[in-house]
Amino acid sequence: MMAFFLDNKNLVAQLLLIGFVFQVLQISAAVLVYFERKIAAWAQQRYGPHLVGPSGSLQPIADIVKLMFKEELRPRGADTFLFYLAPILSATAAFGAFAVVPFGTSTTLFGLLDKPLALEVTDVNVAMLVIFAITSMGVYGVVLAGWSSNSKYSMLGALRSSAQMISYELSYGMSLAAVVMLAGSLSLRSIVDAQAGYWFHVIPKWYVFIQPLGFFIFMTAGVAETNRAPFDFPEAEQELVAGYHTEYSSMSFALFFMAEYINMFTVSAVATDLFLGGWHGPFLPSWLGWAWFLLKVSFLLFFYIWMRWTLPRYRYDQLMEFGWKWLLPMAVINLLVTAGIVLGMGW
Amino acid sequence: MDGLYFWIFAVIAVLASLGVVGQRNPMYSVLLLIVSFGALSGLYVLLNAPFVAAIQIIIYAGAIMVLFLFVVMLLNVPTEDPAKGYHVKLLGGAGPRHFGAVLAVVLVAELVWAMSHLRLTAMPESAGATSSVYQIGLKLFRDYAFAFEATSVLILLAMVGAVILARKES
Repeated sequence: MMAFFLDNKNLVAQLLLIGFVFQVLQISAAVLVYFERKIAAWAQQRYGPHLVGPSGSLQPIADIVKLMFKEELRPRGADTFLFYLAPILSATAAFGAFAVVPFGTSTTLFGLLDKPLALEVTDVNVAMLVIFAITSMGVYGVVLAGWSSNSKYSMLGALRSSAQMISYELSYGMSLAAVVMLAGSLSLRSIVDAQAGYWFHVIPKWYVFIQPLGFFIFMTAGVAETNRAPFDFPEAEQELVAGYHTEYSSMSFALFFMAEYINMFTVSAVATDLFLGGWHGPFLPSWLGWAWFLLKVSFLLFFYIWMRWTLPRYRYDQLMEFGWKWLLPMAVINLLVTAGIVLGMGW
Repeated sequence: MDGLYFWIFAVIAVLASLGVVGQRNPMYSVLLLIVSFGALSGLYVLLNAPFVAAIQIIIYAGAIMVLFLFVVMLLNVPTEDPAKGYHVKLLGGAGPRHFGAVLAVVLVAELVWAMSHLRLTAMPESAGATSSVYQIGLKLFRDYAFAFEATSVLILLAMVGAVILARKES
């Protein structure tokens, strides 16, 4: 047994890496909840959580314990099977999408491994499409939750969210396509590697500098896709109680909550890989690239939370109008101009 | 190993498709159709066509089925219970049954003909997935450019038509 593991060190390392990514995603949700509450408190001149642990840092753990011991409620007339399937679908899609996101160069763990191990769960040639496919499956969690709850608030939330996700998925996909054309590849690893180096020895070759409009469209559509403020219509508290997860309690609710934060993490990670040069950055040696990656992702996540506590929620018709009449035409123009330049310059 | 995966996906696809037809609840029919599409996508991966597999999920399982689900939810059809008399007359009558039987026989005959004329050739050793995207692009925009553009015009026409039909007279 032991000999088998010693012979297949890379296999073991790969399995450990998968488990590691899974754990990090879960923990990231807890950490994000803590920072969200702290930043909210800071924005509103409150203390935020400060009782459990040093400056409230153990609050997420207390929350998780509380959620685990809550009673699991199910409304009468709910469709039992779909009611329990929906949160599982949401969480699975959230975890699954991160499987193809690379977050660093390869490592041999200081010579411990025979072959270098790439820092990602799996390398797929069409990674970009896989992420797109898996996130589009996440809609079903929300829609089914709304329908199976047999409650009008849930139903309205689900209808809004599916309309919103369909509308913004188009712009989302088109901003991705522009980057794919620039890099000439659908693999996230090659896209990141295409962004290595500098122009004039100063400006990093990140796509955000060539594609500022694309980055703006991607982030806006990403915020809408993850149902975060100012696009948090599926769960608009003042109108819909809590939207699609109104009827959920205990761990089923926690799964939805976790899925939302993991989706935020994934969108930020993909944005980092596509527009901010992934793990490429100055000063640090290349084996510390993941630190750059983490730094950029943290910045985008902070931006996410910051925006939530700064911008008020739009009205529903404004959301649709913005999505179809502004964002989509901008994305199309961006795509066409990029295509023209790529063809003309022969990149 | 590939054989095992093939059978897993094939069985799921067939069972889910049977479920789509056999389900009384339209909501479950839609969901089973998504399962069936997912299994098909798995088969595409086995055929070394990850691009087609991803597109299958994005377009069919993702976009089109969400619209189906949307419609089913908005119509709020709880179950497809046969109303007394109506459905029995419409589909269960002697005429439709005989017509259905003829169609079934034709379908079986077609399947038998197609199967017997199937030439089993070995799968060509396909190149990497990236080049498969490249090849699909070349085929679409060079060899079949006319068909591709004609289809896109057709879809545009359908979209404009739908908008005109759905527009309220003001």
